[in-house]
Amino acid sequence: MSRLSASAATGRRRKRAVRWLPIAPATLLLLLFLAGPIGYCVYIAFTDMRLTGSSAVDFVGFANFRRAFADPAFRNAVWLTLVFTVLSSLVGQNTLGLALAALMRRASRPVRTVTGALVITAWVLPEIVAAFLLYAFFRREGTLNAILDRLHLPAQNWLFTLPVLAVSFANVWRGTAFSMLIYSAALAEIPKDIEEAAEVDGASGARRFWHITLPMIRRSIGTNLMLNTLQTLSVFGLIWAMTRGGPGDRSQTLPVFMYDQAFLKSLIGYGTAVALLLLLVGSLFSVVYLRLMKVDV
Amino acid sequence: MRAGVDEGGADEGGRTRAGRSRRRTRQRLAADAALLALAAAFAVPLLWLLLASVDTQADLRVRVPGSATLDNFSAILTPDITFTPMLNSLLLCGSSTLLTVACAALAAYPLSRYRSRLARPYLLTILFTTCLPITAIMVPVYGLFVQVNLIDTMYGTALFLATSQLPFAIWLMKNFMDGVPITLEEAAWTDGASMPQTLVRVVLPLMGPGVTVVTIYTFIMLWGNFFVPFMLLLSPDRLPASVSIFTFFGNYGSVVYGQLAAFSILYSTPVLLMYVLIARRLGGGFALAGAVKG
Repeated sequence: MSRLSASAATGRRRKRAVRWLPIAPATLLLLLFLAGPIGYCVYIAFTDMRLTGSSAVDFVGFANFRRAFADPAFRNAVWLTLVFTVLSSLVGQNTLGLALAALMRRASRPVRTVTGALVITAWVLPEIVAAFLLYAFFRREGTLNAILDRLHLPAQNWLFTLPVLAVSFANVWRGTAFSMLIYSAALAEIPKDIEEAAEVDGASGARRFWHITLPMIRRSIGTNLMLNTLQTLSVFGLIWAMTRGGPGDRSQTLPVFMYDQAFLKSLIGYGTAVALLLLLVGSLFSVVYLRLMKVDV
Repeated sequence: MRAGVDEGGADEGGRTRAGRSRRRTRQRLAADAALLALAAAFAVPLLWLLLASVDTQADLRVRVPGSATLDNFSAILTPDITFTPMLNSLLLCGSSTLLTVACAALAAYPLSRYRSRLARPYLLTILFTTCLPITAIMVPVYGLFVQVNLIDTMYGTALFLATSQLPFAIWLMKNFMDGVPITLEEAAWTDGASMPQTLVRVVLPLMGPGVTVVTIYTFIMLWGNFFVPFMLLLSPDRLPASVSIFTFFGNYGSVVYGQLAAFSILYSTPVLLMYVLIARRLGGGFALAGAVKG
């Protein structure tokens, strides 16, 4: 009797295992090409691996990290990453996206459609094309200076004088559509009668927005800030194609710094340690994001 | 409060309504003006792209060409500049999209249909991975690819590209699958259909729009990806358009800008058209689900 029930239990377990079999290919790919490299990343970060030269790889403990924190070039990269993230993601994409979404609710239909189409086109364009367009826009002989000339304002070589500002603007141009879509959806969910009630009560537009609209979409704001920041942290192609991190190292954010150290200076170990730090910051943001979303899975 | 408004509307409603509608009109005009100004700012770089592509003398400024020609396009329509990179892009992104969608559909099925203690942690891990900056792991991926001889191979790069989009594709696919009622499948089960049969014949056709969205979204993301092929492919004849545009035109100085613009248009058009196909289904809710990729 007991043997019979035991074999029934094995059978059930086997059946259950077969049911979950379809998950295997995806899991295998994720383990091989995502978990594997992350594990490898942790390993290399503690070694002195180089691209060229000696094949012997030594374990060096935290030397790469100590070196990073003492390296002015690394601190420069952290600082520029912060500036780039705050300017383009927190201030630029987020605020502009919210403004666009709020204005779109009031605007007439054709204007709304045209604006939406333009903003989204900038978003769907491949990264490298966006980089070329903004490069053309900011160059000394580019469109921005042509416009400034018309207005009798001083022109300058933006990619040389203010490279971080130029790449931040490029990121705003390219990434605002995402915030706009999120905020459009969030604003559409606010019940009409709440806004109308406040309007009847005589609250001005700005006060209505500050005291009613913003609190009601605060969760979307949180999510959007998280996702924007995560995305901005990993921007490489845009900056690389526009300035290659230069002039000098003045637009060298962490991903560019990482690439530069690992491949142009051949310090794979050191570059990977920087990558690991970037990954840690990214994971931290991801966890906060998951908590914020209170995902129901 | 609402009730008060409705009652009061009887005698003074006409006046306030007229006032309110006038205010509405004023607000709409102001919003229109502000939006148009912003739209113009977004349009300028795009305008340069369009005008420069039909101008053989194009420089970096927005300028209406003396006479519009298609010379730029005919100049770049050569195997070296356009056909090979576009074909490479198609092979690379097409194969990895197929792989991603197939794996995601398979994985989503048990996640959506069966209960297990492991389903929740698995999905949370997936969601967590969608947020990770893929850029950061490219250095170790390069190292690994060198060691296992996958570097500079199309299939190796396609496998990695497919994996990089997989977490988000699984997450999307699972959510779409949750929306398909289970009753039809139960009917199929009773008729003796196996699980793969049920998935292919019943579930996937029912969630056709969802599968389309996942496929096109994945393809768009991969088509624009620059960093992964930039790192993992080395031979010039294997480079996809995203990297070849950079190597052909990246040496600033002697660039023929009109041709660069023409190539950019050819390279961007497929994804813009595809986006239009799924645009209606891509609301904020979709974006909220974590459309984050570097």
